[in-house]
Amino acid sequence: MSAQSVLYDVPGPRARRRARIGTILALLAFAFLAFVAIRRLADQGQFDADLWGPWLNPSTDEFGQVWSLVGRGALATLIAAALAIALSMVLGVLLGVGRMMLGSVGRVPLIGFIELFRGLPVVITIVIVWRATIELGINLDPLPGEPVLWYLVIGLALYNSVIIAEILRAGVASLPSGQGEAARAVGMTEGQVMRTVLLPQAFRIMLPALISQLVVILKDTSLAAVIGLGYLELLRRGAQIYQILDNPIQSLFMIGLMFILINYALSRLATYTEKRLSQAGDDPTAAEAVVPAT
Amino acid sequence: MEAVTENLDLYWSGFLRSLSLIGWSLLGSLALGTVIAGFRVSPIASLRAFGTGWVTIFRNCPLTIVLFFMAFGLPEIGINTSFYVFGITGLVLYTSAFVCEAIRSGINSVDTGQAEAARAIGLTFTQTMSQVVLPQAFRSAVPPLGSVQIAMFKNSAVVGAFGIGGDLYSVGRNLTSAQGLAFIPVLTGVAIGYLIITLSAGALLAVIERKVAIAR
Repeated sequence: MSAQSVLYDVPGPRARRRARIGTILALLAFAFLAFVAIRRLADQGQFDADLWGPWLNPSTDEFGQVWSLVGRGALATLIAAALAIALSMVLGVLLGVGRMMLGSVGRVPLIGFIELFRGLPVVITIVIVWRATIELGINLDPLPGEPVLWYLVIGLALYNSVIIAEILRAGVASLPSGQGEAARAVGMTEGQVMRTVLLPQAFRIMLPALISQLVVILKDTSLAAVIGLGYLELLRRGAQIYQILDNPIQSLFMIGLMFILINYALSRLATYTEKRLSQAGDDPTAAEAVVPAT
Repeated sequence: MEAVTENLDLYWSGFLRSLSLIGWSLLGSLALGTVIAGFRVSPIASLRAFGTGWVTIFRNCPLTIVLFFMAFGLPEIGINTSFYVFGITGLVLYTSAFVCEAIRSGINSVDTGQAEAARAIGLTFTQTMSQVVLPQAFRSAVPPLGSVQIAMFKNSAVVGAFGIGGDLYSVGRNLTSAQGLAFIPVLTGVAIGYLIITLSAGALLAVIERKVAIAR
């Protein structure tokens, strides 16, 4: 570690030697665990070519089909995530601004809405949107795409708009109070203060948190596969593949890897944006909102 | 609303089952997350690398895939147990990565000068940790730990949707699919059950946060 830790003093020669010995011992322990796991997998034939081949070997018959299913699933996941983030941004800004600008009576229903959807598990929200839409006979046909896509998108957007509204509020609250005061002093209306002074600055501070929220949304699109919503996103496609090929470990490994790579890249982007913004001399307090808790 | 009032005993047992799922996952994720956090801040490089890998995997992989892997992957290599145990294990593995990061952010929030001052007045390593660093780290780790755990309470519904049976989510599914009751009232009951859990946990967390809050 280059940065000095609060936990340990700068190590001297003896501490460095101890750390090296510890590193080797831990490596041996991990190697042993990995050996046991690999042995177990090998004993059960989990490294067989007919289980991995359809994923990794272009000369197998199924290779093309597998990756075309994966491509369609990944596209479906990205479409759902993109629509959900766009919708949650719009709803979230309306909710957040409404909560900040309406009077103490006017904002009560908004606070109720926010607390309701923040407290509900997002999987429950999606199921409620899905079933209630059908039961109430609401027609989603005017919207492009299948209705199942919109059940997922609306459910995700209800949950995430509330989170974005709260991130926005935290962003505005972290601005120096002089910003709003100065804008009012030069005669701007409350709407102008919000639109031209507070929101643009808050958005800049919030950018990392918003990118992190995209990771949450991407992960949550896979909930469709658990509740049996017939939306064929990436995980559902993966399940189709392993039901045909009978290779759940290999297929779930590959699907999981794809999610991890995309989300890891997005998390790095969020960290990078955060660093860039804090170099620009922004208020570092906004960084606290960055790591979402799901 | 008769769907809810007439089946109140079912809802109650589902509520308790969800609470037991949450309780075990809470204990498990706190314990495992603390161990992984210990790895991540350890002076031993290979333990740090393991901790970083663990967090990267479980923070970026959807909980659903972790659960799929447990329920459909593990039986392939001869590991079979109930969905309840699979569910708790999956939730613990997933949440441990977030617990680890909350604890680590708590440790990082302690100024290096605190430990340097403690060493300068002659405290031993154990004293520095137990009297100076960890009490402060714990206090600033409380708010993120709390929100991580509340998120886990909500994620327990995903485990329920997966079909451990008997929890709040399953009660809703049974009432609608087996008994053919209308979705809206039944799901309202399920939603209220989860809201009772998350909103009261949120209120409790606010009280705890006020108690441990420190001005820096």
